[in-house]
Amino acid sequence: MNFFIDALNYIFDPANLTGAKGILPRLGDHLYYSGLATGIAVVIGLPLGLAIGHTGRGRAFVIAISGAARALPTLGLLFFIILFTGLGLWPLVAVLAILAVPPIIAGSYAGLESVNRQTIDAARAVGMTEWQVLWRVEVPLALPLIIGGIRSAVLQVIATATIAGYVGLTGLGRFLIEGLSVRNYTLAIAGAILVAALALLVDGLLALIQLLVTPRGVSRGVTSTAPRTRTPLRRAGASL
Amino acid sequence: MVWLWQNLELVLGLALDHARLSVVPIVVSFIVSIPLGWVASQSRILRTILLTLGGVLFTIPSIALFVTLPIILGTRILDEINVVVALSIYGVAVMVRGSADAFASVSRDVIGSSTAVGFSRWGRFWSVELPLAGPVLLASIRVVSVTTVSLLSVGSLIGVTTLGYLFLDGYQRTFPTEVVIGIAFTVIIALVFDAVLVALGRLLMPYTRALPKAGRASVTRVAAEVTS
Repeated sequence: MNFFIDALNYIFDPANLTGAKGILPRLGDHLYYSGLATGIAVVIGLPLGLAIGHTGRGRAFVIAISGAARALPTLGLLFFIILFTGLGLWPLVAVLAILAVPPIIAGSYAGLESVNRQTIDAARAVGMTEWQVLWRVEVPLALPLIIGGIRSAVLQVIATATIAGYVGLTGLGRFLIEGLSVRNYTLAIAGAILVAALALLVDGLLALIQLLVTPRGVSRGVTSTAPRTRTPLRRAGASL
Repeated sequence: MVWLWQNLELVLGLALDHARLSVVPIVVSFIVSIPLGWVASQSRILRTILLTLGGVLFTIPSIALFVTLPIILGTRILDEINVVVALSIYGVAVMVRGSADAFASVSRDVIGSSTAVGFSRWGRFWSVELPLAGPVLLASIRVVSVTTVSLLSVGSLIGVTTLGYLFLDGYQRTFPTEVVIGIAFTVIIALVFDAVLVALGRLLMPYTRALPKAGRASVTRVAAEVTS
């Protein structure tokens, strides 16, 4: 356990906070790469997911593509791109965005599909246009799942942005890499703790946003679990 | 391609290692998640606790976990077991949610009826709940399988022999072919595992083919939510 205590000491030592190899500038870089990649992934994934969820078309295609993208090892892909483009920010951002797009698409179309069909029909019946149905009914009701998708994308991006340290960039991954290369495990573990803490913090923030944007009356449990039969037996069955 | 033939032994050896190291985490995730998922489907509080715990575990970056596990487990840093344990933790973290949804998707009416015809709690679990939860369980284990195979290549960064070695070596030698072959073999292993899981699903759950359209749609929907 000494490694952990040493690592925590390293993190909380003010001397390690700033400077060229300090925690704060690397934290800033880590957030910058992650934010950029997530932003691009949202711009690509959200419209696609909403289009699929609203029209109900192309779902099988997207499930197949998402599955294939998941199988692609991010590290290999990054090295491959860099061998052609050279080192730089954009290969990393591109690879992270590729990682983030599938969960965002899946979250947004699953969100729209979880909206009760009768609610949508009712919205059409009172004269809403398709655009209004999408933005005033479907998206608000689907928001918890849409943000859920973005949440898991962000989580993966922050965790994976660690590899930036291997390709000439910085970020919190540098601590891990520098530590491992000189067998300074205190430093490596400090890096590990920092990345995990950042991921947890950002995930907590997004969870909070998820709660805040959920329309009153739409509890997460109702939209995120499979459909159940709502008969008196349900209660009876549960108590048996 | 010439490079592949010349180094076929190396590539196939790495692929075998990769496949071997992937199998344990996938099996462990499946076995551990089923009781956890069933428990989570029984009570809202337990569900929240287990899913939150799974979410927290999943936030730990893989390299970070590979590095810290030896200290917790008392193993050597280059031990294969670290990677296997780390990937099992991820697998369970991912699968618990799917497993909880799988058992929650079993209709209460069916459970009520099976109790009415005299199933014990234990018998009901094995003969009614597990088979009906099967399709969603299959969907989640497929996600775990793909993720495990893909994440395992990161293990090469800490010196475990996997296909990730080809990425590092190819990158250091500025030799894209080697990287591409590494990616291709990783994807092939993921596809083979997926095909095996689907085949096992067909074999063990012949009844899913008789599922009405609506039932199948709900399975894909839940699967999509699990993967998101």
